[in-house]
Amino acid sequence: MTELSKSGAAVGEPVADSAAPSAFLEVRDLKVHFPTDDGLVKSVDGLNFSLEKGKTLGIVGESGSGKSVTSLGILGLHTAGQYGSRRAQISGEIWLNGQELLSADPVAVRKLRGREMAMIFQDPLSALHPYYSIGKQITEAYRVHNDVDKKTARKRAVEMLDRVGIPQPDKRVDSYPHEFSGGMRQRAMIAMALVNNPELLIADEPTTALDVTVQAQILDLIRDLQKEFGSAVIMITHDLGVVAEMADELLVMYGGRCVERGPAEKVFYEPQHPYTWGLLGSMPRIDREETDRLIPVKGSPPSLINLPSGCAFNPRCPYADVPKDQITRRERPELSLVADGHYSACHMSQGERTRIWTEEIAPKL
Amino acid sequence: MLAYLIRRLIAVIIMVLVVLLATFTVFFMLPKWAGQDIAVLFAGKATGAEQIEGIRTKLGLSDPLLVQFWDFIKGIPMGRDYANGSDVTHCPAPCFGYSFRTEAPVWETLKEALPVTGALAAGACVLWLAGGVATGVVSALRRGTIWDRAAMTTALGGVSLPVFFTGMIAMGVFVHNLGWVKIADSLSTDDSIDVWFQTLILPWIVLAFLNAAMYARLTRATMLEVLGEDYIRTARAKGLTEGVVIRKHALRSAMTPILTVFGLDLGVLMGGAVLTESTFNLPGLGLEAVRAISSKDLPVILGVTLCAALAIAVANLVVDLMYAVIDPRVRLG
Repeated sequence: MTELSKSGAAVGEPVADSAAPSAFLEVRDLKVHFPTDDGLVKSVDGLNFSLEKGKTLGIVGESGSGKSVTSLGILGLHTAGQYGSRRAQISGEIWLNGQELLSADPVAVRKLRGREMAMIFQDPLSALHPYYSIGKQITEAYRVHNDVDKKTARKRAVEMLDRVGIPQPDKRVDSYPHEFSGGMRQRAMIAMALVNNPELLIADEPTTALDVTVQAQILDLIRDLQKEFGSAVIMITHDLGVVAEMADELLVMYGGRCVERGPAEKVFYEPQHPYTWGLLGSMPRIDREETDRLIPVKGSPPSLINLPSGCAFNPRCPYADVPKDQITRRERPELSLVADGHYSACHMSQGERTRIWTEEIAPKL
Repeated sequence: MLAYLIRRLIAVIIMVLVVLLATFTVFFMLPKWAGQDIAVLFAGKATGAEQIEGIRTKLGLSDPLLVQFWDFIKGIPMGRDYANGSDVTHCPAPCFGYSFRTEAPVWETLKEALPVTGALAAGACVLWLAGGVATGVVSALRRGTIWDRAAMTTALGGVSLPVFFTGMIAMGVFVHNLGWVKIADSLSTDDSIDVWFQTLILPWIVLAFLNAAMYARLTRATMLEVLGEDYIRTARAKGLTEGVVIRKHALRSAMTPILTVFGLDLGVLMGGAVLTESTFNLPGLGLEAVRAISSKDLPVILGVTLCAALAIAVANLVVDLMYAVIDPRVRLG
């Protein structure tokens, strides 16, 4: 924050009824809409969550549920460098360390990017510039926020590469991305993201492009580094298994909205939304009988231009007719409290959901 | 890097030799196949049979093709003696033979024409690269805006208007009507820089306009593609300023395809911008080629073809080397 006060940049004054939150990161009613020829794509439509330092939030959902759009929104990457009429429309509030980012000066937000909040992307091969050496790309990230000479920055890059487990870092620092293996590239990407000790680290499907043996190593690495640096981590994934043991909190997204949120073990072991059940059923487990088949969630993700009326999940939900009067097709369910910190957006009563989970779903998993 | 350089150099040398052999074969065998005697072509129609035989011996036209080719190749670095008994004509290196039409050494003609074409190409390509790439980048960054549409419409016009049309208009307005520039009838290395500049400024602009239009469209398309790449998002996520993202990350990637096209264009241009040179009556390689073709002046045609082939080969070599500088992945290949 020293940088900001020095430059005197105006950072979002709290609006009348929205005081600065006490949480490290708080997202309030975040909406990210993209105008297209076919209509307004509501990629994220009213998302709320908060996160404390040192904690991990897992955001889970299928493709197009708004996970990545949310993370890019926090970093302010929907508007950076975008011109013309096709800009994303973003509203709501994003509070990081007591500052509101959406109403802040873009220059101030840019100075936070890479320093206070950093991101690890899905496919490290396409996310690294093919023409610059790994070292060059890491030092660039370091020098943009720290007034140091090239030698110091290079030392820092070598140190970071060493920290993320790249052998012979003083030599590999001059290698190009194409000379690295997939796992090493992701390690380098992590080194780049962490070079400025960011307090918020967003990992957007960090293991999707990697092979299975490397996935666990990368997850371990992120976990170790989180402990060491005490950062808040948002782990975005479509794979519940990835976040099950890492996340403190889980947020399940469907059609741009949160359908279930709560402490990880609650959401994992006592899920209260049919979509979460579907995600759990479609996840392979080592302790499952060989003859059992995975149960996919029927149907395909909804159109974000025309969401189904009522509950967005109703066309795919096997229990859509459990609540009376077709309410699932008429009214959108709001998030309601299930238990301490555990919320779910479903028209079924808590009793009905608990019964279905314990009697019908859980035994099959 | 050195191995890459050597490989590319060898490729260029082989390519030039192949072009040489091909053009030599075509230009010296075609008349024969068409039933025309090169010695007659050289001597003119109203010449006695005895003189024609003399010319045939002197030019070595009775020798096998490969021997003729070898003599021709050897003549370029070493010079060559054309001999018929005691009648010896020494053609100093670099010897490309003698023009059938003017009987002057071909090299003299090339020597006069090369600087004109070179100056035309150099000036025009600086203008069109700067103008075209800058326009394309701004259009890509401001896509969909009035500026973008105006620039792309102008570019479409630039691509569609032929040089002789824009050239005539430019000459009419700036030379004859406004009298801002004076175009010299001929250009030689003895002329002052001012004469060269005045004569070339309109051809530069006209030629650059045509190409800049193409480059603006190419740059815009490439930039739009590059700006959608993941690594651009990464660069922004690092907190780099938009200027650095564009210049260091996007533009560097976008340069690769632009360079490819530029290498070819520059090479072709060095072989003579026929239309531009004809429109402005510039005594460059292109105009020389037109004259030579219409008078079946085989040695001059051969000389100009060689220059063009060499220019394209060298331009491509330079482009290949620049690839290696820009893209580290090329250095491996």
